[in-house]
Amino acid sequence: MHEFEYVAPRSLADAVAVLSRLNGQAKPLAGGTDLIDQMRMGRYQPGTVVDLKKIPELVRLELSSAGLRLGAAVPCRVINEHPAIASDYSALKDSTHIIGGIQIQNRASVGGNLCNSGPAADSSPSLIALGAVCVVTGPKGTRDVPVEQFCTGPGKNVLQPGELLVELKFPSPAANSGSAYERFIPRYEMDIAVVGVGASVTLDAAGETIISARIGLGAVGPTPIDATSAAALLVGKSATRETLELAAEAARGLATPIDDMRGTVEFRKHATGVLVRRVLETAIQRAKGLA
Amino acid sequence: MAKKQVVSATINGNATEFLCEPRQTLLEALRDNLDLTGTKEGCSNGNCGACTVLLDGHPVVSCLVLAMEAEGAEVTTIEGIAPSEGLDPIQQAFLENAALQCGICTPGFIVATKALLDTNPSPTENEVRFALANNLCRCTGYDKIVRAVLDAAERRKASV
Repeated sequence: MHEFEYVAPRSLADAVAVLSRLNGQAKPLAGGTDLIDQMRMGRYQPGTVVDLKKIPELVRLELSSAGLRLGAAVPCRVINEHPAIASDYSALKDSTHIIGGIQIQNRASVGGNLCNSGPAADSSPSLIALGAVCVVTGPKGTRDVPVEQFCTGPGKNVLQPGELLVELKFPSPAANSGSAYERFIPRYEMDIAVVGVGASVTLDAAGETIISARIGLGAVGPTPIDATSAAALLVGKSATRETLELAAEAARGLATPIDDMRGTVEFRKHATGVLVRRVLETAIQRAKGLA
Repeated sequence: MAKKQVVSATINGNATEFLCEPRQTLLEALRDNLDLTGTKEGCSNGNCGACTVLLDGHPVVSCLVLAMEAEGAEVTTIEGIAPSEGLDPIQQAFLENAALQCGICTPGFIVATKALLDTNPSPTENEVRFALANNLCRCTGYDKIVRAVLDAAERRKASV
């Protein structure tokens, strides 16, 4: 690897100070599962690597009546081991327990996955489905960015030089709600999504009518896609297969995938529809407390 | 050249201080600076698991960890798995089940197996296969490895 300096600030203020002083010549390090590989390949050659894992806000996982606050450097394993996340933010756990294998999950973070801004990131559709908000801090202060606005292109996002993703905030789950994430890959594990879909659904008290829904699509566009128009078709309708097919068909239309070695445009569009229906079915089952 | 830094860590139970460059991975520091060459380099991009070590008890691929990140941490390598005399039951099970051929992947498999059995002493075959998904073997076809891990679980239970 190229030569660089390593610093591990112990406060957010120190991290922002070093990142803004180096003005884009530094790279933040969370789990390193993308960054270290990218440095070895020469894609990034930062003069300084800023390890964020000594900063309390970055490694905090806090559940309260206000919702979930997930530090950007919390590794997938910590999320996977948290029973309340499995029950209340199921889509998030669905994602974090299929990112890489155990060794990767012990290091890789959801914040890092998002900042790497890969179109096929497994956590991004779940973040969209769960309505996550990114807390970004930098030399000019702190701002909130809705997660669906965070990525701007493959490997690109809204972070300005000197800025840092601190944490993700999730609202408390509504009553009678459920969420899920699924991806298509040709094997069971250790692969990159050909298509990934996350969804959340809130039902009425009777468990029959859909009150609200969110759908996130991965690997079918230059950024993760917030399929709002597809999700809107579900609102006020009964949770039947016909209703879900409407959303699936609409989501197919929102997908703008590329042809590559993992799948063709035609296949990816088809799989988007199939996964949207399946993931909605799982989210509905979970909303009913049946799965 | 970026100045060499001192890292203090507990490696295989021993308080250890070593010098490293910030650009060195934990894998490189273990092998090149500390002569702990039991940890193998495979793909060096996190896919193959040959360089698996335990960092504070959790398996990680040491090719995707900077040596500097080990400051204050506990690191266990394959050298720390075997007792001073003889072999760990996991190693014995790998031997007797012929769960290796060329052997390059074996230290990583054994370290990952130790982490699995320490948290889940009686895994199912499916759990074994998922727990070892981040470890690649191009010789055995995995079946003998999976059988060795299930056998190791039995041996560990018998020895307590």
